[in-house]
This record gives sequence, structure tokens and C-alpha cells, in this order.
Amino acid sequence: MKVQGLTIQENNMGLLSDPNRRRALISMLTRLNAPICVVCYMAGVAWFMGLAFEPFTLRTYMSENAMGSTMVEERFPAGERALATGREFAAHKKKVGGMPVDWLVKTMQSQGLEVFTQRFSRTLPFPDENKERYVVEGTNVYGILRAPRAPRTEALVLSAPCSPGNNNNQAVGLLLGLSQYFRNQIYWAKDIIFLVNEHDLIGMQAWLEGYHHTNTTGMDWSPLQGRGGSIQAALSLELSSDVITSLDLVLEGLNGQLPNLDLANLFYAFCQKIGVLCTIQGKLQRDDWDTASGYSHAVQTMMLMVLKQASGRPWGDHGLFLRYHIEAASIKGINSFRQYKTDATTIGRLLEGMFRKLNNLLERLHQSYFFYLMPSLSRFVSIGYYMPAFGLLAVILLLRALDLWVQLSALPSRTEDGIADIEQSGPGVLSVLTPLVISHLTGVALYTLPIRSQEMAVEHFPVFETEAVVLTAIAIYTAGLALPHNTHRLVSGEGTEQGWRVLKLVAVLYLAVLLGCTALINFSLGFILALTLVPLAAFITPHVPKLLSALFMVLLSPGCTLFFSIFFFQELQETPVNLQEGWVLFLSVISQGILDHSLYGSLVYPLVALLVYPCWLLFWNILFWK
Amino acid sequence: MAAHRCHFPALVLILWSLSVFIVADVQETTRLTDTGPSAASSQQTAAAGEPPAAAETRRQPPEEEDRRWEATEVEEAAPGDAPSDSQTSSAPETVVTPSQPEDDFQEELVIRPLHSGDIYASFQFRTVWDTDFMGGKKVSHYRLFPKSLGQVISKFSVRELHISFTQGYWRTMQWGQPFLPSPPGAELWVWFQDTVTDVDGTWKELTNVLSGIFCASLNFIDSTNTVQPSASFKPLGIGNVTDHRFLRYATLPREIVCTENLTPWKKLLPCGSKAGLAVLMKSEKLFHSSFHSQAVHIRPVCQDWQCKSTSWELRQTLNVVFDLHSSGQGKREWSLFKMFSRTLTEACPLASSSKIYIDVTDNPQGEQFELSPATPLLSQAVVLGDRRTYSVYDLTQQATFGSMRSLNMLLRWKSSDGDMMRPLLHGERYVAGYGLQTGEIHTLMYNHHPYRAFPVLLLDTVPWYLRLYIHTLTVTSKGKDNKPSYIHYQPSKDRVRPHLLEMLVQLPPNSVTEVTVQFERALLKWTEYTPDPNHGFYVGSSVVSALVPSVVAMDTNSTQERPLFSSFFPSKEESSYFVRIYTEPLLVNLPTPDFSMPYNVICLTCTVVAVGYGSLYNLLTRTFQVEEPSPGLAKRLANIIRKMRGVPPL
Repeated sequence: MKVQGLTIQENNMGLLSDPNRRRALISMLTRLNAPICVVCYMAGVAWFMGLAFEPFTLRTYMSENAMGSTMVEERFPAGERALATGREFAAHKKKVGGMPVDWLVKTMQSQGLEVFTQRFSRTLPFPDENKERYVVEGTNVYGILRAPRAPRTEALVLSAPCSPGNNNNQAVGLLLGLSQYFRNQIYWAKDIIFLVNEHDLIGMQAWLEGYHHTNTTGMDWSPLQGRGGSIQAALSLELSSDVITSLDLVLEGLNGQLPNLDLANLFYAFCQKIGVLCTIQGKLQRDDWDTASGYSHAVQTMMLMVLKQASGRPWGDHGLFLRYHIEAASIKGINSFRQYKTDATTIGRLLEGMFRKLNNLLERLHQSYFFYLMPSLSRFVSIGYYMPAFGLLAVILLLRALDLWVQLSALPSRTEDGIADIEQSGPGVLSVLTPLVISHLTGVALYTLPIRSQEMAVEHFPVFETEAVVLTAIAIYTAGLALPHNTHRLVSGEGTEQGWRVLKLVAVLYLAVLLGCTALINFSLGFILALTLVPLAAFITPHVPKLLSALFMVLLSPGCTLFFSIFFFQELQETPVNLQEGWVLFLSVISQGILDHSLYGSLVYPLVALLVYPCWLLFWNILFWK
Repeated sequence: MAAHRCHFPALVLILWSLSVFIVADVQETTRLTDTGPSAASSQQTAAAGEPPAAAETRRQPPEEEDRRWEATEVEEAAPGDAPSDSQTSSAPETVVTPSQPEDDFQEELVIRPLHSGDIYASFQFRTVWDTDFMGGKKVSHYRLFPKSLGQVISKFSVRELHISFTQGYWRTMQWGQPFLPSPPGAELWVWFQDTVTDVDGTWKELTNVLSGIFCASLNFIDSTNTVQPSASFKPLGIGNVTDHRFLRYATLPREIVCTENLTPWKKLLPCGSKAGLAVLMKSEKLFHSSFHSQAVHIRPVCQDWQCKSTSWELRQTLNVVFDLHSSGQGKREWSLFKMFSRTLTEACPLASSSKIYIDVTDNPQGEQFELSPATPLLSQAVVLGDRRTYSVYDLTQQATFGSMRSLNMLLRWKSSDGDMMRPLLHGERYVAGYGLQTGEIHTLMYNHHPYRAFPVLLLDTVPWYLRLYIHTLTVTSKGKDNKPSYIHYQPSKDRVRPHLLEMLVQLPPNSVTEVTVQFERALLKWTEYTPDPNHGFYVGSSVVSALVPSVVAMDTNSTQERPLFSSFFPSKEESSYFVRIYTEPLLVNLPTPDFSMPYNVICLTCTVVAVGYGSLYNLLTRTFQVEEPSPGLAKRLANIIRKMRGVPPL
């Protein structure tokens, strides 16, 4: 038996050591390379679509014991009073024409909180046309409820943004109502910080940077006077009407970071307990998973999450907390035309329950998943399930690289001309290096020039600053397409058959590493990029029909991917746009992306400009290889 | 105690009978008694009543010594008798009650209404005993002083011992300065006598013993959280040894304080919680508060103004802040019953003084709050640089209790406004930065004095797993570099001792001084993580000790009769007073592995070893040979036929 076992092992091990078998394996892989790639691509897409199919997903469950079995009672009674406070807040807001700082300070102080304010100012790199702001100055007001007999080491945060206009007054009212109610309870073990932040994300960024005394984005803020130790969890509340029909949970944060799944579970558990309709991505949960419409609903919900996550921007005030390893989510009240309405008392009770359970936490939320997708609030796809979809796409690149490697090693022997081989190797390296350097320089230009040259652009063209930045970016992006011809001017001599193969090998491996790293951090972004870049990376050679392939490549370039994503996103949100609106949206999304990078440190814009776009240019180079 | 007294006649009887039967032995005993060697007291109660047993014990030197030791105690307990003939005097006479008690017990409760509407109650119990634990003679008769602590003092040669258990953080900005500051969690600092040779060993034993006495996790104090501050913790009692080799300081910021710590603390009181002010200490009320701190301070003090001899002082303090809001109803009204769900009916019979002070400084004409029943007795004391006026209730007077035979004071606020008084010195600390690799500790010290600068001593103890980059230490006030005049830094050793940083910094008037130092988070070994590693790791409070300029002249005459709460820290000069403040402890997250990972790691490692290493090993050890191409089918068939025919194969 033993001997037999050994022989079996030897047979398995021999797969790599036996030159015959290795040759057979490699020849099979090269011979069937194209069909395997096609199959992998199909399988990857199919796997991904299958993730939303309910029997394939897991039901969410509470992993954290401290929040699971402990019972809490919700007794918040004062919803009406909270709404009255909200109206008072609205009146003061109107009177002051902004954040009613003094009124907020006085109100919170009268409740027995320790109240502090923080001033901040920030000049945007260029005017933000969506929110019509350029020089932002504001004040954050926060009150700390000190937990009795607690040593100020842990805190929870409840925040409500003070938005311009008539928005969100109810949220601030409810926040103040809750603070008053919470102040009279004795069970708090963690300090609770009630924060009203001005200028939404900018204010939140200023507060968080002040709290942690870091400065990542060059904002001016006054130092904070009061702190509550390390923040364990945070909820951000957005509420603009007295009654709501449903509560929407927003999870996607900066750079596609997500809070621990237990936070979503907690929200869902309390919605179930109290009987509030809850949604994610604005989509209700359906139980007809076995019908086509039920399945497509789940796919839509998941795709919305994928698109939002891929955008890398914070989709609510909570999004900035995640950088500091603070689990946070936004809760948005939605008032639609549904019959069944929920009043402020019920929302207050829901928040009370959530805070009481968070208060019971002994450790940070860490038990459940940090990487997941949600096709509905009660179902999730964990990293172990969705990663194969990406893996199937990424393996195509590796197969192509193997194929190219084999071809490269076979080429010289086929020519059987040793002298020519040595001669070719010199320009070979150069022919790879030159496009690499040039395309990356283009990327650097795309990253730096739009903001730096905005003044010049405004001077010479009849455009506003924002338009100038966006149009410069698009211009540089397009100008990059003209590069291949210029690249070859720099390299003396003609590109060779081997030259493009080396370049493609490098480009394919580069893309594989790039996408792999991206997918580990932000799966959605990695997957969407893989979906578009992998086919073109796999099949581009200088020998395919130029015009058709060029069109194909442009359509699959990162910029166009963004353009399609916008349409797709609008379609999923059931607010379809026509081409012109889509174009306007496209421009504003680019400007938002650049702004997100400079204001909050979102990494999508630099990733695309400095790495993905140059990588795509390499393939463009290969297509026009002469 | 009664049990001990019962033994004295029996012991004396034994000695007397010994002197009768074997005279020589008795003489020897007496001589030994006079020299008084202190013996281990593990078998104190081994004395038997009848002479045979005594005769037997005579042959066993250790027990003999025990008895002698007890006999000396008899001598001490009855100083009126002539010591020379105590052996011959009859038993009943030796047990006469002491004519002059050498110990004294005082109890006191201070109630200070705070501006925030909260109320601060501070109990102080002081036992003073004119005895010498360190002298040649073993002390074994205890009256008011708790024996458990007395034994600790003599066994471990403790000169000064300060221990506090605190649940909650003292909010200096809202509440002003406390009478006795303490950091959240447990704090212990001890000065040993200079006769102690192995300080670390004694310290280790002492913490374990105290851990048992106070039902606390003081046994978690080891070398990794013990430091020897060079300047911050000077002895508070008399004595001139200030060599910090004999000082040990440790905090346990994580210690949770609850009733199981309160009960042993109450048992140290002469009246327990049966009578006197201690009746008010119902744990369900004491722990329904914003702040709870209990402490024990033992130190040698002067017996009289001449300070010829020392006595031992034991102070037990308990500080509570009751919260106005969480007690509900929003009515600003406090009474003893509401605070403690008890009223007072008597003083502790053993106490020489039993008083309640109520701070009425802010209320000279009764416009802020109303106090009932009114008391004619007023007292003034200089506390923390401020002259305060107190209404005093003397519990030893029957009149205090009135016709109801119980005292239930009531404070009713009339106006609800009150500005926050800003304390002159105030500290704050936090961790800056994000991520799990590095961070920065910021310590802020506020000097709110409008024109006086004063120096403060900052003590920072940081566990070894935060590796301080001491070259990044900066001290800035008002945007300028503030050079400390004294820095004592002891670097940490991994798993052995913590960082110790002590600095003397001058705080400019009306300024914030910021001390920052960067650190790197260490990756612990997997057994070193606590059971809840994702909770984070605590860093104890930093301690700021300062002599703060006083508004009024401080009382430097330490012997004058003063309320207990104003006489703890000795003040040596009139223009300033001593303040110690503690900052918040920090909760720092360290890089924590996912502890469910080992399974995955095992699987992964096995796979890597099997596939990766296995195939490599295979390649390395296999010998490659050129193999004959296998013969074709026809040839093989031919060979079989040839074999059957007996012809050699092709």
C-alpha cells in the first residue's frame, strides 16, 4: 500500500518535474488558450450574476455575542417634541442663514451635555458646481454625554448634518430629542457624542481630523476641546420629513470601504423588531426569489451596491469614519407615496435600541465580515463567494501571459538565427521601456494638469473653472490616444514581432497585478475594470483589424467605462437619462471624482489616472505597433 | 479583638505557673521578653490553658516565643502597671482597660453642591495610632486600627501606602478640583522603609496581599506596569528618605470597581457600616452615581506639634458625585435620603469627632439654595487655594438630630444658573492618528491663571507595547517650544518594564501646553493578547503634579485642628497649594490577528508544504535518467513470443 501511495504521489509531483507531461500541459494550454479564456470570462460573469441568486447567498446573522442575545427595551417617547425642536432649529437656521451655533450650544447645554464647537475653513481646488461652493467656512457643534462612572475611553457618535435649505431639520430635532432622553438614562457605558456638522462631508472631515489630530487634506480647523476616547461606532442620520415610509441604510464609504456587517445586521434586526420598512440601495426586499423579476430585483440591488462601491466616494457622512477604523453607517429616512407611515417616535426608538446594543459592546465590531455585497438587507455575499468571479477573470490574464511567454521562448528557435536574436534583444528592452515611460508620463499629466492649469484654461477659453478642469482632463485623456505614433518616433527602427510580444507580456502582467491589488481593496472597482479591460488585454495584437479594434478599445477604455456606468446606474435607480443629460452627468462625475480626491483623499482618481489609464495606453500602443 | 483579650489571662496564667514550677526557665523567659525578638506570628493562638501543655510547649522554642510575644502585648496594653512585675501580677489585674487611649478615630462627610447641579459627597475616616510598627516590638493588639493593615505595614516594612479604586473620571472642568484626586481604575504607590533590601520582591508580595485584602486584581501589578517616579510622588507623611529606590508606583486603568471592593473597605472601619457616617454607604446608591472613588492612605504623622514621635495615620476616603439628571424628575433637590436612601441617627460611638460639612460658600444669603435643617455652626477652611465656608453638623451632639431622632439634610435649589468655575489647572490626553502602525500621544495641560506661570511635574507611564519614539517628543506652549527644565526618561524593555517619562514644565499664564510623542504599536506574541484583544489596550493616566498659586494664604500650620478634607496634602508655603490631576487613560488598538485564523493558517501551511515543498524536494532528490523509448506494440508481442520460445528478446 505504502509503495503504491508513493507512486501516486510521484505521479502527481511529476506533473512539473516530468518534462514530457509539462510539455503536454503547456501545449494544451497554448493550443486551447483562446477557448479557455472565453470560457473563463463567461464563467466569471456567470458566477458574478449568480451571486444575487438567493439560494446561493447566505442569510445574514448577528456574529457579535454582545449584541445578539442581550435584550434591550426601547422606550423613547418624545418624537413629537423632537419634531418641534426640529422646527425650532429650522427657524433659527433661517434667521441666522446657516448653522445656528449659539442656539445649538444653548440647547445642548441645557440638556446637561458638555458642548464644544469647532470652526473650520477650506478652499476647494476649484468651485464645486453641484453644491455651489468654493470657499467653505463653517462650525461643527457637538455635545458629549458623559457616561456615568466611565473613564472616557470609549465613545459612540450620532451625527446629523445641518444641510442648507429645508433639509434635514427633522434629523437634528430627533438628535436633540434623543440626546435629552439619553441624558436621563443610567445604563450608558460609553460616552455618546451628538454631532451636528455643517457643510456635510467637509464638516465631517474637519471634525474627524480634529478628533484624531491628523491632517491628510490640508484643511484648516480649530482643535477640539472635548473628546470621548476611541470611537467604537457611529451612525449618521438624515431625515427630511416628519413621517417616513421607510429607512434606507447606506454602507458604502470612502474608497469602497464598508462597515462591519454586524452594523447592517443590527439595523435590520431592529427594523424587524419595531416594524419599520427598511431598504438598502433604496430597494425593498422581495421574497419571490424564484421568479425572474425577483431575481432581477436582487441583481439590481447588488449592482447598485457594486457601482456605488466602485465609485470610491463616501455615500453619506458615515463614509469618512471608516478610515479611522470606526464602524459607521448612514440611515436615511425616505418619504414616498406608500400608505404606511412611520413617525419620529418610532425612528427614535429604533435609534435608541441600536445605541443601547452598541453600548453593550465589549470589543469593537470585528466578529462579522468587512468585505461583502448585499443583494438584499437579509442576504449577503461574502468575500469567499465573490472572489472566484474576479479570479476567473484574472486567470485569463495569466493564461495569456503564459501563452506569450511560450511564444517568446519558441520564437528564436523558430528563426534559428542566433545572431539576429542577440541583435534584437537590445532594442527589445528599449521598445518596452519607452512606451511604459511615456504612457505613465501621460498619466502623471492627467493627474496633475487639470487642477494646475485651470487658471490658464479660464484665461484662454470661455469656460468656468470647473468646466476648465474637467475639459482639460478629457483633453489630456484623448491626447493620449495619439501617442503610439509619437512613441515610435523616439525608438529608432521598426517595432518587431518579438517587441510587441514582450510589451504585451509586460502589460498583461502589469494589468493582472494592478487589478488583483485593486480587487483586494475594492472588489467592485477591480471587478468592473477587469470586466472591461481583460477582454481587450487578451485579444489585442497588432494584427487584428485596426479600425474596428480601435473602436472596440476606445469603448472599453476606463473613461468610457465610467460613461456607461453612469447610464447603467441611472437606469438601476429608475431615473434614466438621455445622452445629453448623461454627458452633463459624466462631466460632473469627473469633477466630483477629482474633488473627492483632494477633499477626502479618495483614491479612485489617482488610481485611474496614474495606473489604469497608462496600462490601457500600453495596449493601445500594441494595437498600433508597426 | 475579644478573642485576644480572652487569651491574655490564660497566657499570663501559664507564665505564672511556669515561674512557680521552673524558676530558671521563667527567668530566661523574662530576659528574652525584654530583648523582644519579633517572631513569625503564624501560631498566635496556639496557647493552651493547662500546665501540661505549657510544659510541653516549653520544650518547643518557637511556640515559647509566641507566648512571650503575646505577653509583651499585655505589658503594652496596660502601661499603668509596673512592667517589671507583670509576670507575677495576677491575671485579672493585667486586663484592665487602658486608661489613656493611644488611638483616635474621626469621621467626616463633606457635601459640596457643584455648579453643574451635581452633588459631591466626600467621606473621610481617620484613625491615628501612636504606635511604632517598625520598632523592635511586634504590635499585636489592635483597637481601632485594622489589624490586617497593621500587619501589612510591619511585615512589608511599609513607610507609606496609598491605594485608590476609582470608577469613572473626575470631570475637572465641571466639578473643579477634588479633595483627593485619583485616576480611573486602581492606583497603588508605596514608600518602603530604607531597611528593605529586596524592594521588588517585597512589592510583589505586598501587591498580592493587598489584592486579597481589597478583593481587587492588584496581583496584575508586575514589573511591566510598575515604575519608580523620581519626583512626582514624594512622601506625604513625615520622614526624610526621598530616595526613589524605595518608591513603587503602579496603576491598573482597567480595574473595575464595584461592591466587592467596597465591602472589604468598609470592614476596615471601626464601626463597620453599623453606625456613624458609614451607615450611608449603601452600594446600590454609591454605584448609581457619576463618579465613585475609594481610597486608603497610610502614612506616619507627627504626634504633636513638637514632632518628637510619630504616629500612624490611616485615612479612608470615599468620594462620590451624584448626577442630577439621571436621578430624574429634573427637580434640583437633594437630601441625605435621596442620595444614600438612609438618614443618620447617631455618630460612630468610637469616634472622637463626627461631623458633616456642607459647602455654603456660594450661598452666603441663601439665594442659591436652601438648606434645612439649618445649623448655627459655621466653619471656614482654606481648601485648594480658596476660602470656603461650611455649615457644620456635629453628630456627637444629640441636638443635631432634633426631635425626629434622625438627620436628613435637604438642599433645595432656588436658581438654576451657575457658571462653570474654571479650575486653574486642567489636563487632557488623547491618541492622534489612524491606522494600526503608528500614533501620537498628545497631553494637554491648561493653565487658566490669568497672570501667573507655574511649574508642573508631568509623569507618563506608557506600556512597552507602545514603543515611544522619544526623539519626537515636543513640548509647546502658545505655539513656541517650551523646554522642560528637568527630564527623567527611562526607556522600556520589552516584556519587562514600561516607559517612564517625567518632566518639569513651566506653564505660561493663560495657556495650553501640549506634549506630543509618537509611538509605534508592537505586534504581540499570540499568547500575550488579552481575551478581548479587539477591545484595545489601556495606557494609564498621566499624572500632573503642581504647586498652584493660591488666591488666599494657605494654612501652613499642620498641627492645628482642621477639617480632615483640608489637611491631607501638607502645604509648606502660604502662596501656593499642591494639586495633582490625572488625565484620561487611553484605549489603544494594537494590530490584532484574527484569532479564528489559525485553522486557515494550518490548512494553508499544510497545502504550501505539501505542494510547494514536496514538488521542489522531488525535483531535487530525483535522479534523471535517459529512458529507452518504450518498444512499440508489435515489438512487445514479438518479444513475448520469443520469450516463450526461449530466445533472447529483440
